Amino acid sequence: MVEKTEQENNLVAWLSDMKEDDAFALAKKMLLEEGANPIRVLELCREAMDIVGKRFEKGEYFLPELVLAGEMLENIGAIAKPLIKQAPGEEPKKLAKVLIGTVHGDLHDIGKNIVTFMLDINGFEVKDIGIDVPVKNFIDAINEFRPDVVGLSGFLTLAFDSMKETIAAIQDAGLRDKLKIMIGGGQVDEAVCNYTGADAFGTNAIDAVSLCKNWMGVAA
Amino acid sequence: MNASPTYVQTPEAKTAYDARWQRIMDCVNLKTPDRMPTSMFCTFWLAKFGGISHRQLMYDYDKAKELGERVLREFEPDVHNPLLLNVAAGPALEAVDYKQLIWPGHGLRDDQPYQYLDREYMKADEYDEFIEDPTGFYLRKYLPRVCGAFEGFEEFPDLPGLHYFRLVGGVRGFGRPKLRAAFERVLKAAEEVDRLAEQHTNFTEHMTALGFPTSHISTSVAPYDLIADYFRGATGTMKDLYRKKDKLLQLLDKACTFLTRQTINWSKASGHPIVFFPIHWGPDNFMSQEQFKTFWWPTFRKLMMNLIEAGIIPMPLWEADCTKRLEVIRDIPPGKCIYWFERTDMVRAFEVLGDVVALRGNISPSLLTTGKPEEVDAAVRHLADNVFHKGGKLILDAAFGIPDETPVENARAMYAAARKYAS
Repeated sequence: MVEKTEQENNLVAWLSDMKEDDAFALAKKMLLEEGANPIRVLELCREAMDIVGKRFEKGEYFLPELVLAGEMLENIGAIAKPLIKQAPGEEPKKLAKVLIGTVHGDLHDIGKNIVTFMLDINGFEVKDIGIDVPVKNFIDAINEFRPDVVGLSGFLTLAFDSMKETIAAIQDAGLRDKLKIMIGGGQVDEAVCNYTGADAFGTNAIDAVSLCKNWMGVAA
Repeated sequence: MNASPTYVQTPEAKTAYDARWQRIMDCVNLKTPDRMPTSMFCTFWLAKFGGISHRQLMYDYDKAKELGERVLREFEPDVHNPLLLNVAAGPALEAVDYKQLIWPGHGLRDDQPYQYLDREYMKADEYDEFIEDPTGFYLRKYLPRVCGAFEGFEEFPDLPGLHYFRLVGGVRGFGRPKLRAAFERVLKAAEEVDRLAEQHTNFTEHMTALGFPTSHISTSVAPYDLIADYFRGATGTMKDLYRKKDKLLQLLDKACTFLTRQTINWSKASGHPIVFFPIHWGPDNFMSQEQFKTFWWPTFRKLMMNLIEAGIIPMPLWEADCTKRLEVIRDIPPGKCIYWFERTDMVRAFEVLGDVVALRGNISPSLLTTGKPEEVDAAVRHLADNVFHKGGKLILDAAFGIPDETPVENARAMYAAARKYAS
């Protein structure tokens, strides 16, 4: 990344320090009044999100900061993206593809959404297929999206059996060897991981990012 | 609590009842009971136990009562949760047209447990309205949003300020067609909720006669959890920690006041001294220690202190892992509360809190649902050896009650092991 101006440094700092009003006002000014390159502004946002992710890993930030960061990114993106005139051009290469969803019977999505956000800001291409996802929908989505990793989310204890069924179906469809499967959610632990046949489990969004990076041979 | 005249409590049942209750109160009072007490908290596991659907459990009072009785007779826990209130609520939920839950037979398949819909039921710009007039906000905004029966209450007359002939004239507002229709629906709903309450009272009185006390009747909520779960939604409240910090703190303070009043009234009406608090937003991973100490803990502590002063025993269930919070939540008078832990290491909780509170829990849900009876036995033994026999006032239970899918033999193993290792 090229050397940053003071203004650009401020944008990164304010975003990563949760100074939402200051950051949004500055981004808006840069984009709408000063004609800043929207791609450059989004790069700065990414850099700030990277700092947010690292602070989360270090235990300085928690869920509220991830949620607010996601919203700040979305709000600035809503102004910046329509201003991108040229062809999308060279999109940064994604590390890998991750398919994620909450297994059938379970409607919870907060954890899944946060994992999706963290994977996204860490450079993964994530496809989120929602909540209460039937086994067949996972199989169809795997065939279509060809993910490297499948993330199964679930908060309720009924999710243990749903995860087990989903993984068995992936196996039966001959897709198991082509991908890694991670599970996560409130009650998930080593015992559940063994029970379902997943490759690994995580108890928070950082675990999910670390697992995916390790599997893809990327330095965590 | 005495058995009602409807059910006769034999002298043997009274002895059993008193001994069971004494074990719980010994734990609360930080005295060593004659053996480690056990608790039974379950919801849809009753359906698994009885081989019926979740839907039937929600809609069939008699079947739910029959299964509740069978479970208590077989497992003989020292205390049990109000089994009916938590499950047989289908007709009452229908009558109220409750919109924050979906349940089997009402948006979910017959074999699913009910699930809460996390949404923003209060908008970010409604803090002032709620703070200034909580009752008005409930009547005109909240109730019509969360209960179909109350649709029409948006037109509920504005009362403060009415006086003299203006007051007489103001009564006219109650005749508005939408409001009249709503009143009719609400009265019908109240009759159905009353039926549930009667069934619940009938069941608990019957179980009292058989010698089985309930662990609690009333449930309350921490001020932060009230706002986060039921008003602003999980992510809404997380954003408010930054965007609406002062308003959130003001509302939490207000909520502490009205929750104190309501919880004391409900507890006194129930005649049961223990009040249950499911704690949702306290865990280590959900907010920083600073945020916990600023937003979450002060109003909950204040609420607990108010209740303790009124002779009530708060029983919070600290969900997920709250290890980092232990030193903070220790700050209450000794011998007044039961702290139930879900994933927090119970041995660690005992080390930090053993001289302050009774403990409850915490056999792992994954073990109960996917493990073998001998593994459950070993987990109970671990808690008996490392907490109860070392002086911990532990009430043995599953981490958040018996998970719905638990094989019956694993539940049997849990209660059998409690008797085997801590008598």
